[in-house]
This record gives sequence, structure tokens and C-alpha cells, in this order.
Amino acid sequence: MEPSFIKELQNIVGGQYTLTDRESLAVYGYDSTPEIESVPGAVLLPGSSEEIIRIMRLCHEAGITVTPRGSGTNLSGGSLSHNSGIVLQTSRLNRIIEVDEENLTATVEPGVITSALHREVEARGLFYPPDPGSMNISTMGGNVAENSGGLRGLKYGVTADYVMGLETVLADGDLLRTGGKVVKDVAGYSLNPLLVSSEGTLGFFTGITVKLIPRPQGKITMLAHFPVLQDAALAVSAIIAAKVIPATLEFLDKVTIKCVEDYAHVGLPLDVDAVLLIEVDGHPVVIAEEAASVAEICGKHRCSFFQTAQNPAEAFKLTEARRTALSALARLKPTTILEDATVPRSCIAAMLKVIQDSARKYNVTIGTFGHAGDGNLHPTCLTDERDKDEIKRAHAAFAEIFDAAIAMGGTITGEHGVGLAKKKYLPKLVGESGIRVMRGIKQAFDPKGILNPGKIF
Amino acid sequence: MPREPHPHPSPPLEGEGGVKGLYMDYVKLINCMRCGMCLPACPTYRETFLETASPRGRVALVRKLQEGELDQSERLLEYLSLCLDCQACASACPCGVNAGELVAEFTCERKEGVEMGFMEDLILRKLVPHPDRLESSLVPMRIYQRSGLQKLVRKLGILKMFPRPLERMEGLLPELPARPLRQEIQEITPAEGIERGTVGFFLGCVMSLIFSDASRATIKLLSSLGYRVITPRNQVCCGAPNMLGGDMAGLKEAAHTNIDIFGGHEVDFIVTDCGGCGAELKRYGHHLGGYDAAESFSGKVRDISQVLALHADELRARLKPLPLKVTWHDPCHIAHCQGIRKEPRDLLKLVPGIDYRELEAADACCGSAGTYNIERPEMSDRILKRKLDTIQASGAEVLVTGNPGCLLQLKKGLADHLPDVRIMHLTEILVRSMNVQPD
Repeated sequence: MEPSFIKELQNIVGGQYTLTDRESLAVYGYDSTPEIESVPGAVLLPGSSEEIIRIMRLCHEAGITVTPRGSGTNLSGGSLSHNSGIVLQTSRLNRIIEVDEENLTATVEPGVITSALHREVEARGLFYPPDPGSMNISTMGGNVAENSGGLRGLKYGVTADYVMGLETVLADGDLLRTGGKVVKDVAGYSLNPLLVSSEGTLGFFTGITVKLIPRPQGKITMLAHFPVLQDAALAVSAIIAAKVIPATLEFLDKVTIKCVEDYAHVGLPLDVDAVLLIEVDGHPVVIAEEAASVAEICGKHRCSFFQTAQNPAEAFKLTEARRTALSALARLKPTTILEDATVPRSCIAAMLKVIQDSARKYNVTIGTFGHAGDGNLHPTCLTDERDKDEIKRAHAAFAEIFDAAIAMGGTITGEHGVGLAKKKYLPKLVGESGIRVMRGIKQAFDPKGILNPGKIF
Repeated sequence: MPREPHPHPSPPLEGEGGVKGLYMDYVKLINCMRCGMCLPACPTYRETFLETASPRGRVALVRKLQEGELDQSERLLEYLSLCLDCQACASACPCGVNAGELVAEFTCERKEGVEMGFMEDLILRKLVPHPDRLESSLVPMRIYQRSGLQKLVRKLGILKMFPRPLERMEGLLPELPARPLRQEIQEITPAEGIERGTVGFFLGCVMSLIFSDASRATIKLLSSLGYRVITPRNQVCCGAPNMLGGDMAGLKEAAHTNIDIFGGHEVDFIVTDCGGCGAELKRYGHHLGGYDAAESFSGKVRDISQVLALHADELRARLKPLPLKVTWHDPCHIAHCQGIRKEPRDLLKLVPGIDYRELEAADACCGSAGTYNIERPEMSDRILKRKLDTIQASGAEVLVTGNPGCLLQLKKGLADHLPDVRIMHLTEILVRSMNVQPD
């Protein structure tokens, strides 16, 4: 990058927020995606949307690419600058601008941490449901750009279901306002859903208005062990078929159970195939009935153990296995490849079988846990990046898993995004026409291709 | 399967000493999966939002240095030196990486035989590791405080003429006790009533020199619970300052000396009321890997709160009402390094009449961190400010903690900004409750 150009950037955001030293650039060359690195040309931490507009104008004119980044917890390489361009980190834009209790909305800047918004609205008896695993550090801008999900997806949906209004800086620095605080709005194309999950390729969000709902009054936590995997999968379908929609319906497989037990000693039996963590939330009378149905269904499906937490301390203990799942797996080997293939929930049992078969076929260790209720599984391969052969086999296993997910009517990524990591699988899923339409949209928003290029397709 | 844009360079499985042999344990570096869970826990990331000021970033810097992608530049070392080594990142890490310790060990290796700044050298190498020297060095300070000279100097602003670190240090020092506890305490304090066991008391340097009342309270609590307390007078510094000063050999020597000294006594536990010492003593087994006596020594080390918590019922029976609003600040060396969080809170709640308030982010560093508050005053002050804000929000009248570094830092911070809030060591407030006279 030319020194004169960097000088212009410094004039906009200030010298201390313009990083160009080798050491800083090196550590902005990664996010949470394993195996992918790409060092940017400069990193900027703007302090206002006006600064972002000026940066975009400047870069648009100079043809320099811009990649938005929140806290860098992306799992598909989406927050890496592909071609030594600029990384724009949103962290300083971290104000919760407003919580509107009459319209039940919150308006935030893109760098607001997801859990900070949770705390703010929950203190007022309100609820913002999306809860990605990284919510203690992930930013709202990143959540919108990736359409983040989380544990509560089954009952409450994902980020897209809550985004009502966006203020977006376009590639040329113009401002686009879409949606707002109204529930009904059919004026023109619905651009919000297009911008949500655009992975930073269509615009830079500077303002986000999300829908809030009343905070559920109560919650009941339950845990069930299943000696046979198939029974656990059938129980999941049966719970939904009984018209109970749990807030949480999480699953741990045998490999994960063993790792959790070795690491955290939470008292899981090693002879079971699957553990389900189930939580129902809502009105106390309703959830009592729902919990009773869940207990009955798990019993019918031959669970070997079932416990309902009687108090918050017990609930905390029951959720421990699920909470420690990733830690327990990640400690086993240096490299952890966490995927998010997603299938219709009726296919969960079949999908788990594919994962197990692929792991066996390619001789790799894959533990699976995840959001059984919405079909979003996290097959997690435990490997060592220095073992090139094993890494190769791991990717071969995942290629089979993605193919199977597509064949079952599922998707290659439920919540992590395509980014760089899943680019080559996307055409298989959406076909040529899908890629053509996406390219057309990209062209309409960003004809010069300066916004997060090289991602998605 | 190659992935674009380019795969990360990584050395082969063999040769875990690393490309340049700069750092000993390559596997520890690649265990970091860069998930970012450490970011919200890190005080310096919270202040700066910079990846270079985050635990994940520091591990990456050391790793890239090891892999030859970066050089050992001034800037890189400057970035690493922003780490407080509070180890909050270790508590947050899902895969067991301890970035704080990694950086500390790396820095220790690098500093070996290297010249240090005047204050760092004076404190870490010349004074603190040697109790006798440290004690005599503070004699002039004691005279200075007691003669009224301190007031005069502060009034005239003479300190502004000295290097900034010296001015900081002068401001941090509270009024010193007449004599260090180490010179006064009897080697054996008998148990009160029926003897239940014997403990060795490890008297930290700063506790002895500055917070001797707290250590007296510790001994009082132990003896009143039926422990015979042995305080060997020839014990030496735990060795933590050696590590900060890049003197691993000095740390090991200190460890051997203390292991031999305490090994000469039959004790059930080795107790300390200094969080920093406790954390270091518990690492002797790690530092002297393979040495059984070190393992056994470390296995006996307990923070005072751990021992007191064993006797909660007896303690409760002796405590009298203290109607105070109280909160607990978790020292990093107790919460993050030793994993102790429950015991101090449970003990405070034993005191009748206490209105216990939980501090928001109670386990966030206060910015003291060894000599960090002297070496890096600006960052230290920013971190301290956050802590003071949470203390104010809690409405507590008394802040209780368990580590002399925190006591020094917070005492000064409270005096400057929240003069109505008192600070006490855990054992001081418990003894005060024991000594309450009935009306």
C-alpha cells in the first residue's frame, strides 16, 4: 500500500487507529478458521460511521479492497483480507444506541458485543434470542453479516429473524437505509434478508435495529441418556411431533461423551451412545406440561436415564456436559476443525451415521455435538495441522459429509458462513443458476468488487 | 487438500524445539485454536481492542517468531510486554492454553542475562529476591515516612524531579509497619486448645514488610483453629520476582531452598496469605519437573482461604456481628492461577451481619500485576479505573482481597478516588469479627 494512501487513511481515523506494522498485520492475518491465513495491507479501527463513509469513498476511488471484521471469531475465513487490502475492525463502534420498549426494538452500532446486548435488554425484562457460541465476544455486525444462529435457534430462529432495520455504507460510500421499526413493510424489494448473511460482500453495517421479545418467565432443564443412537434421534423427532418446541435441544455423541468425561468428570456413563440436553421455556404452567411430555417421550424411546433439574443449581449441573463439549474435544489434539453441516431434523440419525462412517473410512477422530432440534450438527475433527496426511483425510471425510448433507436436502453450512472455507462446495448446493444470481446481486451492490472480494463464490 | 489463499506454515512433527529454538514448547503454541474466547477476559484487549494486545494475538506473535515469520523486533517485545500475566485468558480458554504463562516464560527466557531498566533491575533482581536486602532498603523509607519528610516532599513536589517510576512507587507505598513481621514473629506459634495439626506458614516478602497486620491475623486464625504454626525464619522469597526478572536459575534456587527448609518440618499444609506466593509455590513441581520433593511441596501448598474453609463451622461459632457492606476482589493469582473463587466468598458470608455484594467482573485484574503498575502506569491506571467503577457500583464499604499487590494498588486507588471505601485482607476482616467486643 502506498505511503501516501496510508497517510490519507491516517488523516481519517487517526494514526493510533491505523495499523501497518508487520507484527500487527501478522496477527490480523487469522480469525477463528483453522488452516487459513492471509495478511492484510492495513488495519483500521474507525470511531464513527462518518469515518467509515470517508474510508469507503477513498478506497472505492483507489480500488483498494475492504474487509469488515468484528472480533475475528469467524469460522469460514470471512474476516480475512483476501488480497492485502484493508481490514476495518468495528470494535470501537460499540454503543447500544437505544432500547425502545414501546416498539420492542434495540438499535446498536456494529461493534456491540452480542452478550452485552443480552444483558442490556434482559435487565428490562426483554429478550434477544440469538446466542452463537461466541456470543461473549462476537459482534452484532458480525452476527448480522453471518446470520449467526445458536442454541436457541429451534424455537426462536436465527439472527435474520430479528433484524428489522439496517444502516449500511455501500461500496462507494453512499448510505443505504433498509427497514426500520415497522413490523409490516412491503415497499420494494426486501433488502434486509439480502444484507443479512452477505458476509461483508455487499456493504458495511453501521446501524442495526433488531426485534426484541418479552423475556420467557421460566425454564425447565432436562437431561436424558440413550444407549442407542437411533432412539435419541427418534426422540428428537417425537418431541417436535408432540408439538413441544424446546428452547434448547442439544445432542452429544459417544466420542464427545468420552472426551467430556475424561476431561470434566461430570458423571456421564461411557456405555451410552447419545445424550440429549433439553430445555423448555415460557409460562410456568405450560412448561410444566411440556416437561412432562418430554419425560414421557424419552422414556418411550428407551432412555436409560432421565433427570429434570429442580433448581437453577441442578440445571447448571445438567448443562455442564454440553457446555464443556467443545473444550473437552479441543484439548485432545492441537487442531480442531469444527464444521456445521445441517440437515432437516428428520435426517439427523442418517446424518450421524454418515459422519461416523466417514470418520471410520478416513481413519480420523470426529466428535459430534450440536443443535439436534434444528438439524445443525457440529462434527468436530480432532487433528494436528502438522500431520499433513491426516489433515488431507479429514478434508476428504468432510467432503463426503457435505455431499451427504446436500443429498438429504440440507446445507453445507448452517451458521458459520461460506467465506473462503466452503467456497468450493457452494456450487454443488446452489447450482449454476444460484451462483449466477448471487454474482448479479454482488455486481449491483459493488460493481468494482472492493467489498470483501473472494468470499462466498 | 490445499485451501486458499495459502496454508499456514508449520514445522514438521519432529523438532518441537522450534525453528529458531527460541521457545521451548511448540505444541503449547499450536494448541491455541484462535477461537477468541480469551478476548473478553483480557484486560488489555478490553482497553484497546487490538489483536496484538490480546492473549490469542500474543500466542500468535510468539508462534510466528518461532516459525521465523517474524523477527524478535523491539515492537514485538513491546506488544508482549503489555501482558499483565493475570492469566484470565487461561480461565477462559477452552483448550487449556495459558497465554499469560506462555508470554511470561518466553519473556523470562529472553531477559536472561539482558540488561533491564533501572527500576525493574533494582526491584526484580537486586531487592525483592533477597529478604534481608529488601528489608534494609525500606529502612530509609520508614524514616522518610515517620519523620514528616514524606509530607514535605509531597508538598514541594520534589518527586517530579525523579524518574516517573520512582514517583509512582513512592505514591503506592502505604505507611510501613515499625518492623517487618519476619524479624518479629516467633518461629513456632502454638495451637490454641487441642492441637489438630501443624502448618508451615510461608510469609511473603510484601506481606511481611507492608501488610504484617494481615499476616498476624492469618497466624492468629490458624492457631485459634487448633493449628501449630511454624514460620521458618530462614525461608526465602518464593521466586516469582526472579521469573519476572528473567532469572529462571534464581527461581529454581529459591525453590530448592524453600523445599529444603519446609521439608525439615512435619507439616500438614504449607499455608500462605499471599496469592502471588501461593501461585508460585504451587508451580514448584512444574518448575523442577521430575523432582519428587518439589511435587510433594507444591501438593501441600494452600491459600489461607482453602484451609479456613475446611473449618467453616468452627469459625462461624467464633465470629461476631460486623454490620458492613462488603465485597471481594479476586486476585488473579488466586482466581486464575489457583482456581480459588468460592472459599473467600463463603468465608465472608460466615460473618454475621455482613451484607455481601458481588463485584461485577470480580476476577478482572486491578492493574497491579507485579511491577506492571510502575512500568506501565497508563495502562495500569485504565485497568484500575474499571475496577474502581465496579467497586463504587457495588456500594460496598469494605473491599476485601487476598494478595499484597492488589492491596497496594487498590489502597492507593481507593484513597485517590473512593476515600470512603476501606480495604482489608480476608484474614484481617475475619479476625476483626472474632474480636468484636459485645456492647
